[in-house]
Amino acid sequence: MHELSIAESVVQIASRHANGRRVTKVWLKVGHLRQVVPSALGFGFELVAEGTPVEGAELELENVPAAGLCSNCGAKSQLGNFPLKCGACGGFDLELLSGEELFVESLELEEV
Amino acid sequence: MHRTAVKKVVLEGVLDANEALAQANREKFDQAGNYVINLMSSPGAGKTALLERTLERVRGRLRLGVLEGDVQTTLDADRLARFHIPLVQVNTESGFGGECHLDANMVRSGLGELPLSDIDVLVIENVGNLVCPAEFRVGEDTRVMVYSVTEGEEKPLKYPLMFRSADLVLVNKIDLLEHLDFDLELFIANLEAVNPGVSRMLVSARTGRGVDEWCSWMERRKPT
Repeated sequence: MHELSIAESVVQIASRHANGRRVTKVWLKVGHLRQVVPSALGFGFELVAEGTPVEGAELELENVPAAGLCSNCGAKSQLGNFPLKCGACGGFDLELLSGEELFVESLELEEV
Repeated sequence: MHRTAVKKVVLEGVLDANEALAQANREKFDQAGNYVINLMSSPGAGKTALLERTLERVRGRLRLGVLEGDVQTTLDADRLARFHIPLVQVNTESGFGGECHLDANMVRSGLGELPLSDIDVLVIENVGNLVCPAEFRVGEDTRVMVYSVTEGEEKPLKYPLMFRSADLVLVNKIDLLEHLDFDLELFIANLEAVNPGVSRMLVSARTGRGVDEWCSWMERRKPT
């Protein structure tokens, strides 16, 4: 369950950027190809946030769809399930444009 | 007193801290002249058995070191101890009942026990798991996955994260093929669907089939 490790890292990042203030909300961008299970991440987040400035904060996940640039026909397309293929010509040789994101975008902090 | 909230933009990668530690490991390996393999699979696919066959063959030709990762026990390290190679076991059980993968920090904690300058190829045997190890770089040069034919043809589609991240797939227990309904062609097609053009070898840790090819692959990567 990599969600727990991800949750630990998110809480660490949020705590550090909070500079002693309380965090009330965390926005996390998660690419579609990361195979993150939202419920598992939410559960892990609640657990590891206990006793930190992030305790009780809301975790908002923004799913980023996968998109790719086809090396064959040059079309940009949204990618769904595997195999990842170009929506225009069906080619498999793609440069990924998005879908592998995994970062803390922003925080909501309580004013002191 | 009325409290108001303020939004702060962070834009920090969740895995950045691990990446930085992986990079530090990488620099240590480069200084010592190690080629580093992150060996991954589900539990029971045959990573340790394959390492045993490998060590029997490369003795005297390649100085292999092994970092064993497991949630608990030193059972795997005990199996390899008879080869008298640089060997260290890292247990991941601290934390919430045991991490299901090695991360860069755990690998770093084991490196002090290894004489890196006496090693050509360091194999990091990851915790058996088809998801989590793929997410955490540990400073490796390459990722090798062991997949056994008893696991079914569809796993590349179910666990694309790991299959996509592999540079070489060793299809193990190939000696069992005649007893199974496993469709090798379908498996290869599924593997190709998630990781087009990925290298693969058919091996059997039990009979030794394909193990020489795998050993040669490693020897070709021995730093000069």
